[in-house]
Amino acid sequence: MGFFRSLLQPRPTSAAIAKERLKIVLAHERASSRAPDFLPTLQRELLAVVGRYVEISEEMIRVTLGNSGDTSLLEINIEIEGAKPKSGGKGPALSAAV
Amino acid sequence: MGAETDLRKDEPIGPVKAAGEAGLAKVIVITSGKGGVGKTTTSAAFAAGLALRGHKTVVIDFDVGLRNLDLVMGCERRVVFDFINVINGDANLNQALIKDKRHDNLFIFPTSQTRDKNALKREGVERVMEELKQQFEYIICDSPAGIEHGAITALYFADSAIIVTNPEVSSVRDSDRIIGILASRSRRAERNEPPVDVHLLLTRYDPARVARGEMLAVEDVKEILSIPLLGVIPESESVLRASNTGTPVVFDENSPAGRAYLDSVARFLGEQREMRFVKPERRSFFRTIFGRA
Repeated sequence: MGFFRSLLQPRPTSAAIAKERLKIVLAHERASSRAPDFLPTLQRELLAVVGRYVEISEEMIRVTLGNSGDTSLLEINIEIEGAKPKSGGKGPALSAAV
Repeated sequence: MGAETDLRKDEPIGPVKAAGEAGLAKVIVITSGKGGVGKTTTSAAFAAGLALRGHKTVVIDFDVGLRNLDLVMGCERRVVFDFINVINGDANLNQALIKDKRHDNLFIFPTSQTRDKNALKREGVERVMEELKQQFEYIICDSPAGIEHGAITALYFADSAIIVTNPEVSSVRDSDRIIGILASRSRRAERNEPPVDVHLLLTRYDPARVARGEMLAVEDVKEILSIPLLGVIPESESVLRASNTGTPVVFDENSPAGRAYLDSVARFLGEQREMRFVKPERRSFFRTIFGRA
């Protein structure tokens, strides 16, 4: 049985496994290590701005810098589903200058 | 001996010989992140290759405390003054430069065996680099492994970088890291100048193992790192033979690795050269039957 299965599904070569593993680990490392220093600050400030209008917590916002073809892509995901709108007036003022 | 005495004369360094007067001097760092992939072999081969092509070239050892370029270049017994002596003003540049005995265009600048890794102060290195630019067309910087002070100093002044990579996971990962560092921490990056132009040099390549799916192929590494390919150096016995005797491998005319390095130098100088040694050698009928490859 094992013999027939190996005929039908050739096992990937070790070089192919190496390539896949590298692609995955490097995609991850590039995203984190090449991320400019301003990303955490940007995330905090966005949180403060959005927080003026809806109640939002830190884990609902994600800022990443990636690549799409030749262009760099700054991706900002803000999840506001289920977030309650802030009642009246402005929220806390931004502490940092935007 | 004659050449050596000539060199050690205190001749004024300045616009007289000024190869790099018009700002043509180019600084090339040979780097990799990972150790043992062939940086020093490549530095020696590349410097000798550029010299053979008629360019006045100096190769500098940045691996403070672990001096080895002198051995690979075969001039270990001629080291009198070193990089740190020049930086500290204990010797002048021409006292420390060693003229290669095989080629008039080739010079070696040895590093120090001091244990103080931080002896390479950036301002001092900058001063020496500016002085070297007055005399040479190409300045090859042999980087230490790692991403610490020495490696950063070696790449800081670079105009071009040759990323020496083995077709192996840890080497490819470290190369990716060093490419990122070149893009963010080199002087060109700090000054918002055009970026360091980076080249991939794949070394210790074994086409037969690649054909069997046991080794990353050159296309795979190129795709993963996405930088232009300068050359592929085949795994070759001649590399060890060359370092045993202190001869840059390009001086061995029968060496596949030596020829692959010369091709890479030609490509670096803008020539088109077909990639050799990337396909498995066809074994002859007799070899298959009677002998080893």
